[in-house]
Amino acid sequence: MTAALEPSASTAPASLFLTDLTTVSTRRRVKNSVMTALMGMSVAIVAVVLFFVLATVVIKGWSIVASEFPKWFTKDIQLSPRRPGPGMKAAIVGTLVATATATAIAVPLGIAGAVYLNEYGKRSLFARTLRFLSNVMAGVPSIVMGLFIYVFWVVPRGVDGLNGFSGALALACLMLPIVVRSTEEMLRLVPQNLRDASLALGATTSRTTLTVVIPRAASGIISGSLLAVARSAGETAPLIFTIGAAKRTNWNPFSGTNTSLSLQIYANAKESFPTAQERAWGAALTLIIVAFMFTFVARALSARFAKNSTS
Amino acid sequence: MAVTLDDLKGNKQLADRTFRGATLIGGTAIAVILALIAWTIASKSSLAFRTEGLSFFTERRWAPADNVFGALSFIYGTAVTAVIAVVLAVPVSLGIALFTTHLAPGWLKRPLVAMIDLVAVVPSVVFGLWGIIFLAPKLVPVFTKLSSWSHGIPVLGSIFGKASAGRTFMTAGLILALMIIPIITSISREVILTCPPTDSDGALALGATRWEMITGAVLTHSAGGIVGAVMLGLGRAMGETIAAALVIGSSPAITANLFSPGDSLPSVIAFEWGEATSDTKRSALIAMGLTLFLMTLLVNFIATLVVNRAMKRMRGES
Repeated sequence: MTAALEPSASTAPASLFLTDLTTVSTRRRVKNSVMTALMGMSVAIVAVVLFFVLATVVIKGWSIVASEFPKWFTKDIQLSPRRPGPGMKAAIVGTLVATATATAIAVPLGIAGAVYLNEYGKRSLFARTLRFLSNVMAGVPSIVMGLFIYVFWVVPRGVDGLNGFSGALALACLMLPIVVRSTEEMLRLVPQNLRDASLALGATTSRTTLTVVIPRAASGIISGSLLAVARSAGETAPLIFTIGAAKRTNWNPFSGTNTSLSLQIYANAKESFPTAQERAWGAALTLIIVAFMFTFVARALSARFAKNSTS
Repeated sequence: MAVTLDDLKGNKQLADRTFRGATLIGGTAIAVILALIAWTIASKSSLAFRTEGLSFFTERRWAPADNVFGALSFIYGTAVTAVIAVVLAVPVSLGIALFTTHLAPGWLKRPLVAMIDLVAVVPSVVFGLWGIIFLAPKLVPVFTKLSSWSHGIPVLGSIFGKASAGRTFMTAGLILALMIIPIITSISREVILTCPPTDSDGALALGATRWEMITGAVLTHSAGGIVGAVMLGLGRAMGETIAAALVIGSSPAITANLFSPGDSLPSVIAFEWGEATSDTKRSALIAMGLTLFLMTLLVNFIATLVVNRAMKRMRGES
């Protein structure tokens, strides 16, 4: 920079000095433009790839879902992968049952944990350790969660251990740290003077938390939980060892094997029969719609939450 | 006066304490589950370690029929695919993070961030399906061309070796890169946004171009947090199972050639579980799960420390 300024400062008249100061050397300008273009390109790359993935899923998935409509949603899964034929109801029901059960376990537990961290533990060593551990737990590979539930829950129960509930346990392990972290963040956003006001009126911490803090943060908490639900609905690895491999619809999480959309995609993607691959695309479309729906609702809620907490 | 003020206080305190206890259960659940994971998986792996000893980690051969269970080629595959993913994902993620913080016009920022988040919503098995049926066949000619171009160049020649299939280390690395871009981007964005405007405006006022401002003020400020974000991405890439299992090729190999099929820890566990009928083989697969758990634990442990420290320092400064 000094090299560019020196000659003009010593020899040129004042007017030239000014122009020199405002023009940037070609090399620096070119570098700036190239880097700007590269930054724009990285956005474009991801946008194009995402578009390709979604377009492929929608086009290939739609052709089977539409041609089998409404049987796709009402019939069980074809027993032989090489035969054409309708049905993904068993997997849709399985995904719903496992995800709902996992939500029923993980969300209350996670919210309780977050309340402890933010309202009681605060900056204590114990709370900080738990916070750290929840970050660590969020990084545990989903397949390890599956193995854990297999060893811990399925093996002791033998063949009966493979059911929707076991799969839900594995999914709940995956959801728990996500719910804890997002809920704590939302609780932290609740203004302290609301708590102080409630405590000054004689309410206990528990009453303050239940009637003042949580209602205030509710839409944020729900939004974070829905994102966790969307993520677990798409998970495959934890279910491989825990849920079994049913082809028939099973609404009961506690008895009998089950299946899920993600497992059906995984199993059919490995097959070389076109009929199986078609089925995989159809299941992928169904699954993506489910995951996007949860995410969309979560986003809408968190937008509302953001508006509430700033006003 | 059946109820005195003291009674009320006692009741209230009891309720308060019960509530506190209930929330404590939620808090400690995390610690308990983590401990249980480590303990149960370690205890179920013991059979494999008794049969193989420590050579489990150094043996290249995986031959369940001969009772030889070596994890080395799977550990190698996990490391290689994760490194490919990070190398490919980091520049793109940083580019996106910088674009959405410093370049994009205001109205474009939110939709762009939402789009990147959408990548994270697509289930991993869907990426795997797309990878195996759509992408892998299209990659074979690309790999062949790259390998013929780089033939004879010292390092590149052996990394871009002979391409025979579409399901390779590189394919898995590509899909994994796509999957870790959202997490690296979002954490980098958060870190970059904590850069005080006085720094970046000051750099611009001194006559720096936008890029010079970014390298001089923003990136030096955010370096620590970005390193942490990259490590979290690395941990995610190592543990990602289903997408990798579908596109990596499932044939264990230790080779420098990235265009050859290989295998990784999570993918072999998912792939061979159904065929694992003997106790020793199941135990060996669980031992691989333990290895993976420890590897990701180490990476995430360091990453969390780095991110926390960087965040704390930046908040203290600004």
